[in-house]
Amino acid sequence: MHELSIIASLFEILEEKAKEQKAKKIVSVKLKVGALSGVVPEFLKTSFDIYKKETIASGAELEIEEVPLKVQCQKCGAEITKDDFIFICEKCASRELKTLSGTELLLEKIELEL
Amino acid sequence: MSKKEILVLEELLGSNKKIAAEIRKKLEEKGILTINLLSSPGAGKTTLLEKMAEKLKADYRMAVIEGDIETEKDAERIRAKGIPAWQIITGGACHLEAKMVGKLFPEIPADLDFLFIENIGNLVCPASYDLGENIRCVLLSTPEGDDKPKKYPKAFTTSDCLIITKSDLMPVLPFDLEYACKEALEVNPNLKIFVTSALKETGIDEWVEHLVSALHELRQKNA
Repeated sequence: MHELSIIASLFEILEEKAKEQKAKKIVSVKLKVGALSGVVPEFLKTSFDIYKKETIASGAELEIEEVPLKVQCQKCGAEITKDDFIFICEKCASRELKTLSGTELLLEKIELEL
Repeated sequence: MSKKEILVLEELLGSNKKIAAEIRKKLEEKGILTINLLSSPGAGKTTLLEKMAEKLKADYRMAVIEGDIETEKDAERIRAKGIPAWQIITGGACHLEAKMVGKLFPEIPADLDFLFIENIGNLVCPASYDLGENIRCVLLSTPEGDDKPKKYPKAFTTSDCLIITKSDLMPVLPFDLEYACKEALEVNPNLKIFVTSALKETGIDEWVEHLVSALHELRQKNA
């Protein structure tokens, strides 16, 4: 349960961006969270709602896009979206898989009120 | 009043990553190999480090950063072996972050060979934080069960090595070593696996040899 400390890092970025843009408020925040990012989106939301009080984002909505784990086989070239974390190609059984997405923990965009 | 949308595309753990990269660079320049040990509580990280101290002491200099939620107990165990150790007490936090390691930086002797970081006993959260290590190693003790790699995939997919500990207990446990290795290699085909018992002193020499050769590689790269 390290979601609260991740939200603390998010707010460092949010405050910096709001200052840069001379914003009055942050209205919405969108994150991209990979299936293999090691965090639980629901806990991020709860942590965000606790943390946002009395900040520039106190009225902000948090949107989370969950990104599935996607890999590409380096042998047969197949692109596979995984619902497990087994790094074996389902087509040719190769173990040489490259992760294309699904590990990210990204602040994608924010909406500001100027 | 006007609204504006801006594209940020910044990693939430970007600042941790940046600090970790700086730590790694500085330690590498000094020729120090850094190892981050991850496991659930009680898997045997400190006991493994005590054994490492005995094996490495004659020819190498090592130091240990101990992470715990409370108490200085682990650092005291390491110091009792004549090894410098610093205790990070997180006071509740479930993982170490790069900035905590960075704060200790001025105290770390420049002539070290190995710096071990013993993370908080937790198979989940520490996996998200790069501490500037060269080698991340996850420990799995036999009493925990052979099914852990797929239950806690992030700890296993982000590690370079897997050390199975307490192998001496296998005869009395329903722990299937072959199955555990198969499961681990399915979540991470690149894992190097070491099967150890600190009590019987088996498998530890192979792990030591692995670290020594990684240290030589690091120094060759520097030369």
